[in-house]
Amino acid sequence: MDALLFLVFAAIAVGCAINLVLQTHPISSALSLVGVMGSLAVLYLLLGGEFLAAVQLIVYAGAIMVLFTFVIMLLNAGAEKKPSRKVLSTAVALPLLFTLAGIGAYFAATQTPSADVVKFGAFTAGPLEIGRALFTRYLLPFEVTSVLILIAILGAIVLARKEI
Amino acid sequence: MQLPLPLPAQVPLSWYLILSVILFVTGAAGFLLRRNIITVFMCIELMLNAVNLTFIAFSHQLKQVDGNLFAFFVMVVAAAEAAVGLAIILTVFKNRSTLEVDEVSSMKL
Repeated sequence: MDALLFLVFAAIAVGCAINLVLQTHPISSALSLVGVMGSLAVLYLLLGGEFLAAVQLIVYAGAIMVLFTFVIMLLNAGAEKKPSRKVLSTAVALPLLFTLAGIGAYFAATQTPSADVVKFGAFTAGPLEIGRALFTRYLLPFEVTSVLILIAILGAIVLARKEI
Repeated sequence: MQLPLPLPAQVPLSWYLILSVILFVTGAAGFLLRRNIITVFMCIELMLNAVNLTFIAFSHQLKQVDGNLFAFFVMVVAAAEAAVGLAIILTVFKNRSTLEVDEVSSMKL
């Protein structure tokens, strides 16, 4: 059952990711990205990351993607007119990217012991565990993050002013 | 429940890592090959998500909550980055009326 769920949602994630790259209209790409994030949330649940799965759906698939679609609609962004790139650069980039994928997959397959299996329910990181670690060992990064968000708000406001 | 296919009962850790590699490379391909600045930005988000999957897979494997926290911080930084990045995209569009990355290759207007 675990393997079936993994395969179904991994297939959805990869299909949506490839669709994201192939679509010419940004709105289609945004919807594909929502599909990737939703299926990744299910995979997080399979890995025991309950809190992260909820945050993935609320923050990523909710807030960030709404921001993206808002900007796409505000700018009235249409489909790309010109074909994506020159043939030569595509011909150089794709084999290199496939090589990167091959090397990564090779190391992932060989460097992890084959006895390492993901057992559903063997580990859960719910809000209790996350909160306990976040407010003890990771308190300083957590506080620094609040400063980062403040700077991001200020930067966005400054950039969105009229005279720039 | 008996499955018709010869599937393992439990998924090896390497499958999650390979899925993460595939998603990351797809995002990198879109980053390099697409022209629309918004699509390029979405490909960056895809790469961040791929790395998050690795963090959470290793967190499960090592039975430690730290990987989940790293993924959490990545999400927070991605949210901040999306806000600033989209504001930059708005400013670029206001000044140049284009979303093609090749047409904003020079710093001067």
